[in-house]
Amino acid sequence: MLKNKLLSLIFFYLLFTISTHAKEPSELINEIVNEASKILSSSDPVESKIIKLNDIAEKSVDIDGIGMYTLGKYRKNLNEDQKIKYKKLFRSYFLKSFSSRLVDYSNPKINVISEKKISEKYTIVKTVLEETSKNPRIEIDWRIYTKNLKRPLIRDLIVEGLSLARTQKEEFKSIMQNNNNDINFLFKSFEEFLIK
Amino acid sequence: MKKILIFYIFLISQFVTLNLYAGSDGTLEIKNKTKESTSEVKDCFETVNRGIFAFNQGLDKIFFKPVAKGYRYLPKPIRSGTSNALNNLSNVVTVPNNILQGQIKKAGINALRFSINSTLGIAGIFDVASYYGLNKLEKEDYGQTLGTWGIKEGCYFVLPVLGPSTMRDTFGSIANFSGGDAWYNVTVGNNTNYFENSDYYYSRLTAGVDFRAKNLEAFDSLEKNSIDLYASVRSLYIQDRKRKILNLDETTETMNDDDWEEIDTQ
Repeated sequence: MLKNKLLSLIFFYLLFTISTHAKEPSELINEIVNEASKILSSSDPVESKIIKLNDIAEKSVDIDGIGMYTLGKYRKNLNEDQKIKYKKLFRSYFLKSFSSRLVDYSNPKINVISEKKISEKYTIVKTVLEETSKNPRIEIDWRIYTKNLKRPLIRDLIVEGLSLARTQKEEFKSIMQNNNNDINFLFKSFEEFLIK
Repeated sequence: MKKILIFYIFLISQFVTLNLYAGSDGTLEIKNKTKESTSEVKDCFETVNRGIFAFNQGLDKIFFKPVAKGYRYLPKPIRSGTSNALNNLSNVVTVPNNILQGQIKKAGINALRFSINSTLGIAGIFDVASYYGLNKLEKEDYGQTLGTWGIKEGCYFVLPVLGPSTMRDTFGSIANFSGGDAWYNVTVGNNTNYFENSDYYYSRLTAGVDFRAKNLEAFDSLEKNSIDLYASVRSLYIQDRKRKILNLDETTETMNDDDWEEIDTQ
């Protein structure tokens, strides 16, 4: 009886330790880079690689947060239905775009160089994508949202100083501006991209 | 025919000088907390710009991309040597701009790099200077210098063949042909016995192809994943110029983080 109690105590203690363990942002990047590397260098069919890459993104990227950021000032004018539709479409758009960018790399070698806390909520992890016969050496900074230290999430990739989230934001802004700020045109653009 | 060819090579050369991608849209707002307050880049001729952008895309498909793909088949030492030689040549524009921006130490390093690589490095083919600890620094141009002097971008526009630019960057590139580029001066500007006009145009064309070859996958990925490619390219161009003008290594400081701070999902 005492033995059982003791075992349960150890089990719950371990569970507690694991669940409260704060993950370092660079640790997160190392993990996902290694995981992605394994997937990309495997002999799996492309479709299977895409599914696995999307799983990584779902776990480690703040897709909703990025979606709201990239919508910029227009997010304040959406009603609840539009917000739900936007989040759904943006998620599909993001995942398709994410996996399609990565799947072209066969075995990327990304090394973590350093990390720097820039505010209470953000840490930047600096990495380098090593040079290959096809691609030059590329510096990639990862903006990590660290409000919840137990679950840090990626919010932006800054490739050679160029922010992908900002670029996407300007893209959405352009579509809105050229269509009388009507969100339905942005939805239509997403749908067209998804069936492409 | 020869004149037309030279004209096009001249235009292509600017593609590299301005370090372009191509494209744009409405109004871009990029705030910088460190050196500038809010600045806006207006796309004054968006409809026309989009038309020119489409033309440039077509030209890229039928000319630059296939040539860049072919260039990729050359052995790596040849490509590296070409790239090194072109980088070395760009120092003749970087050094005066270092001085104009008050970067005296950098001007010294770049001048020394140029001297060493032009001689020991056989016309810049080998980067011997790096071996002696003089590592390669960021390139500078007259558009960047005007930016560091506080001159605003002016209208954003897309030039045929050359791609995206702003009023300021265009004025900056004119300085190259008004005595600001020593390589242009000794080839096209003045009648020397050592170089032909064509040396300049070939070097610029090669630089364009080299740049395109290094970015084949990046351009393809951007094209495939954009829902408004024109706006994406404009954003990238403006971000890139902003960062270069501010000479910031800390990339995140070039962006306004207000929006990020507002978004709370945890």
